[in-house]
Amino acid sequence: MNIALADDDEDDRMLFKEAIEEIKIKTNLSLFNNGQELMEYLTLPKVELPQIIFLDLNMPIKNGMQCLHEIRKNPYLKELMVAIYSTSSSEADIEETFINGANIYINKPNSFGGLKNSIDKVLQLNWQYHTSALNRDNFLLRI
Amino acid sequence: MRVYLKFDFNTLCKRVLREQLDILGIDYTIHGVGEIEFSRQPTLIEEQKMTGILGNYGIEVMDDQQVALVQRIKDTISEWIHDEENPKRINFSTYLSEKLDYTYTYLSSIFSETTYSSIENFVILKKIDVAKSLISQNNSTLTEIAFKLNYSSVAHLSAQFKKTTGLTPSTFLKIIQKRKEKSLTQE
Repeated sequence: MNIALADDDEDDRMLFKEAIEEIKIKTNLSLFNNGQELMEYLTLPKVELPQIIFLDLNMPIKNGMQCLHEIRKNPYLKELMVAIYSTSSSEADIEETFINGANIYINKPNSFGGLKNSIDKVLQLNWQYHTSALNRDNFLLRI
Repeated sequence: MRVYLKFDFNTLCKRVLREQLDILGIDYTIHGVGEIEFSRQPTLIEEQKMTGILGNYGIEVMDDQQVALVQRIKDTISEWIHDEENPKRINFSTYLSEKLDYTYTYLSSIFSETTYSSIENFVILKKIDVAKSLISQNNSTLTEIAFKLNYSSVAHLSAQFKKTTGLTPSTFLKIIQKRKEKSLTQE
């Protein structure tokens, strides 16, 4: 499964990479330092699109919400699964991201085990959405 | 005006299959969900043709037997959940193993190996998926949905919904409605 992560914090990127390497589902992870880099990559001609994107909300240059808007407006990208990955647990923020088209909202867990479990759960579910007749329009998950 | 449709997937799929397979001109039998038997071995060219014409309808010809079996398990689960006439009082594992003619233990291990998830989890996921569709159409009550999907109570449905999606049914509905309003104002 191809996965993309955009996060400006180097430690967070490293932890995510370690966590994803330890779970059962085989993945191919691409890392981006901010939203701008991610969007440039996604709009390259003939790029192999990821099956799911993890987006940090607070990033310099282009933040997660701006990326989400651009992805949902782009006819080639709008079907992508997007997981928002953030430290904010405000109900208003969470609702806002879902309304703007996010599929998944993950509160950044504060332990490595927690992170691993969250990623594992998200990827399992995402896999089911890619391989079964489930309604993607209603794919909402909050962890 | 909006019109809401309800699909009978079984009839729909069989109809499409028949129409397309007739083009091939080889005698065939459709064995329930997702399995066709030909009266003779199709040639390589015929196989390619079949993959092509069925592919147009999003029907994939599978070569791996395990993958095919997992697909049949999933189809049977969907059929069972969608079919309101089905006797839901009988145990699902019994129903599945009778329908597919394998022991439940065997089906269960093949399913877990191939999908990273268990049959039980998939049944819950599928039921919640149907619940989501019904909730977002917003014309049945949670009590009706719980009854339709064979939950013992609304509380049980709500709890499983929350556990599976992280959201309560009412928050889910609110988000879906706001999304719709938003896309309408943008159009």
